[in-house]
Amino acid sequence: MSRINSAAQLEELRKDILSKRDPDKTCIAICSGMGCHGLGNDMVISALEEEIKKQDLENKVDIRVTGCHGFCEKGPILVIYPEEICYMEVTPEDAAQIISETILGKKVIDRLIYTDPNTGEKAVHQFEIPFYKNQTQYLISYNPKVDPKSIDDYLANGGYSGLSKALFEMSPEQVLEEVKKANLRGRGGGGFPAGRKWETARNAPGEEKYVIVNGHEGEQGAYMDRAIFTGNPHLVLEGLIIGAYAIGSHQGFIYTRHDTPQLKKNIDIALAKATEYGLLGENILGSGFNFNVEVHFDVGIFVSGESSALMSSIEGKNPEPRPKYIRTSVRGVWDMPTNLNNVETWANVPQIINKGAEWYTSIGTEKSKGTKLISLSGNIVNTGVVEVPFGTTLRELVYDIGGGVPNGKKLKAIHFGGPMGGSIPEEFLDTPLDFDELAKLGAPIGAGGLLVLDEDTNMVEKTRFFLDFLANESCGKCVPCREGIRQMAKILTNISEGNGKEGDIELLEEIAEVAGTASLCALGKTASDPLLSSLRYFRDEYEARIK
Amino acid sequence: MDNEKIDQIINAHQGKPSSLIMVLMEIQSLNGWLPKEVLSKVSEKLTVPLTRVMQIVTFYKTFSLIPKGRNEVHVCMGSSCHSRGAVSLMNKVQDLIRIRPGETDSESKFSLESGNCLGCCNLGPEIIINGKHHARLTPDQAEDVLKNYK
Repeated sequence: MSRINSAAQLEELRKDILSKRDPDKTCIAICSGMGCHGLGNDMVISALEEEIKKQDLENKVDIRVTGCHGFCEKGPILVIYPEEICYMEVTPEDAAQIISETILGKKVIDRLIYTDPNTGEKAVHQFEIPFYKNQTQYLISYNPKVDPKSIDDYLANGGYSGLSKALFEMSPEQVLEEVKKANLRGRGGGGFPAGRKWETARNAPGEEKYVIVNGHEGEQGAYMDRAIFTGNPHLVLEGLIIGAYAIGSHQGFIYTRHDTPQLKKNIDIALAKATEYGLLGENILGSGFNFNVEVHFDVGIFVSGESSALMSSIEGKNPEPRPKYIRTSVRGVWDMPTNLNNVETWANVPQIINKGAEWYTSIGTEKSKGTKLISLSGNIVNTGVVEVPFGTTLRELVYDIGGGVPNGKKLKAIHFGGPMGGSIPEEFLDTPLDFDELAKLGAPIGAGGLLVLDEDTNMVEKTRFFLDFLANESCGKCVPCREGIRQMAKILTNISEGNGKEGDIELLEEIAEVAGTASLCALGKTASDPLLSSLRYFRDEYEARIK
Repeated sequence: MDNEKIDQIINAHQGKPSSLIMVLMEIQSLNGWLPKEVLSKVSEKLTVPLTRVMQIVTFYKTFSLIPKGRNEVHVCMGSSCHSRGAVSLMNKVQDLIRIRPGETDSESKFSLESGNCLGCCNLGPEIIINGKHHARLTPDQAEDVLKNYK
């Protein structure tokens, strides 16, 4: 493959790729996300490959191993194109029947399609299944259509057209203006407007500027960034390059997890392919813009997802946060202006450039625009990754999409934001998904991990569990966080074990206030949030355990 | 220990202190642990003081200064698994292999870790042994899973 040297050549290549593809050719797209992988999808893949070979269908049927389709609960999942027949909980033993009956006989296998557990209704296609039907997908919708190792698949689906538009039809200022107008807010936890952050980095003095993809995703029960990054790495990369162009950066970093081999592999391949095609490196697409990317890994501590700790880690030092009197967008990696956004934020950028801020702001609520990826976990029927517009109610998320609470149990609480988030009781289920509305209630969205808790949940124990986790993951640099969390966890253990004393709750509140005010970084500042929210809504459970 | 490969990793990053974490990570995944003489070599070749190397090695959970068991058992203790019964599963595993999280048994058969969320919440509660997921386990099923590892 020779490199692409202009916008026209990119479009030519895209046309060429599409002309060689027959949209009516049968293709089996098998989910290879974390969830399906853990359920043994590799055996299903090899069984299907073998069967195709046996039936001499290699030229008639394609197999596409893709990223996460979202419906992890029912894995291993596959979709057969062009009919879009969706099969679930597929085993290697099903392979022969799938090939002979569905691929050759054009007949749907009844036992492999979705059956609604409540109504008994069946659904053959993805778009008829309530889990998918009630979503609005703009980001994860690519996943079943793209082999993450194939840049051609991404190009065939319109990939890198946003980058080409930004480089050849827009000035860096115009790109920045568009992202600001779109009111894209950071998806990593804070919800800070990405455009404003970009502008700060752009205007800050410094001979070198850096951009970073934060793919740390340390929040428990949050796995949507991995779904996007593993399943469609070029989408994130395209967003990053557009951002670098707007900010005036020529060096980017990807910071991600070391414990997900598939993710690492797909990122490496994506970077190599993008460089080969001239979409990364020197003189991108012949525009004169240069940009390179380096990959760094977290090797196992939660705090390294914090922006200043992460930057310190890129420099090869301990991931210890520093006070942010001066923001990292002014002084970050090696004291140079550094703009950091998380995976999902970057993934939103190409479509904003392609379809414009006006389109983007038509989705969502007044102050939270676009869609949000949410991972559903805990006591819920349909565990998985979903994408919904802001403004969707929690009830729709938990019941219409999530299928409710399993085993006939009642819902007790919704916990958002992982160990630094908060829990709200069932009565707030009609709250819309919105950065500010949920923060007001004490359950900020965080990265988007939604944990459903059923009636059997002991809220004191759950809070102790989160604080215990944070006590181990704190870097220990500042005293309020290191000691505060430890002491709170200790008091909660006592209460949990029935050894609580009069005055414990007040002491907890006092420590929470100090740790919340005086800690260096967000870990310490928000470590007591689960405690405070559960004291706000479930105080009686604490009082009942104190003699 | 594959000294040649370790040397290759170190030499590829010679003189680059910012590659410290990367180098340690590669050696850890190759060798399973980080012996003292390897750390000295890393310090020397990457021009990073040994104290800084030690600081990094003791800070991150992935690095081990002692050899691990033949089978690395990882019980997910993420919030979702916790809601689905991971605590009793972990207790059962501890009873069965008679070590606590962070320990390796005297025969080097098992190392046990209390694992962070790997994002496979549909599989919980689960045990991951040498990277293989054993999904949706009740405590009673743990013995059947573990007995397959020698």
